[in-house]
Amino acid sequence: MARLLVLLAALACAPAAWPKEAAPAAAEPALEARVMALSSELRCLVCQNQTIADSNAGLASDLREEIREMMRQGKSDRQIVAFMVDRYGDFVLYRPPLKAATVLLWFGPLLLVLIGIIALFRRLARRHRAEEPPLAPADAERARRLLDGGGTEAR
Amino acid sequence: MNRFVLPLGIFAVLVALLGIGLTLNPREVPSPLIGKPAPHFDLPQLGEPGKTFSERDMLGKVWLLNVWASWCVSCREEHPVLLDLAKSGAVPILGLNYKDERKDGLSWLQNMGDPYRLSAFDFQGRVGIDYGVYGVPETYLIDKRGVIRYKRIGPVTREVLKEQILPLVQELERG
Repeated sequence: MARLLVLLAALACAPAAWPKEAAPAAAEPALEARVMALSSELRCLVCQNQTIADSNAGLASDLREEIREMMRQGKSDRQIVAFMVDRYGDFVLYRPPLKAATVLLWFGPLLLVLIGIIALFRRLARRHRAEEPPLAPADAERARRLLDGGGTEAR
Repeated sequence: MNRFVLPLGIFAVLVALLGIGLTLNPREVPSPLIGKPAPHFDLPQLGEPGKTFSERDMLGKVWLLNVWASWCVSCREEHPVLLDLAKSGAVPILGLNYKDERKDGLSWLQNMGDPYRLSAFDFQGRVGIDYGVYGVPETYLIDKRGVIRYKRIGPVTREVLKEQILPLVQELERG
């Protein structure tokens, strides 16, 4: 009986132990959609391979709240992104801006492809230029026979 | 023989680049705030909730703003260094108690010693966001005109203090 009581008491307490979810925001679905869209473009500083939308870290939820607050104040996405970059640098952006320091980042892959294409063409050209060795008389005769004889080789 | 030179060369360059990559700390994000005025705040003090503290109170002085919390593990590592620095009187240290409970912060200082002139109490972490705080402890060196000149992410060690912070403090004091 005592055991049953303990079990019941434990069950009664269980809801308090449920993990906390991100603050519910069903009241303003449109706003929330905007918050999530923008925050999935921003890197969480604490857990660097997650976006602010994905992360459960304390800082990420604070920043989501900050974004929500700024959107309520009517700030544009651009203004909010500028707010983040002012504080954490370009690092927060999953799409880095195109500027002198990031030229290699943006065009590096294209450069590599170009180098590959140039190398390929040079190689092909070189192979083309190399002369084919002349056919031995016996092989030439065999080839002529194959071509004339509809593909069957008489043995 | 010749055909191995190019792939081997590329491999060597790749190894060198990856090797350099290993020595970098990906958690250290260069702060865009360096060289910019310290963001304004006006917060209640940790010890005396009735009084406030603003970064403007420190204009005309070179000072350190150290972000700390009782829940922060690395702050324990850093604490003896700050206590010694406070004792030496080389530069005033002001605390920003970040996302902490007031009683936890106060008892932490009571148990571990208090290196701070005072600590501002940033319960919600809003000031932390303005300062781009993402990993406590963080330390800012602010000059006489209220411009952030240096930021340390992670605990201040004796080496960092001796080689980076104190020389810069001396330079800024003269300027």
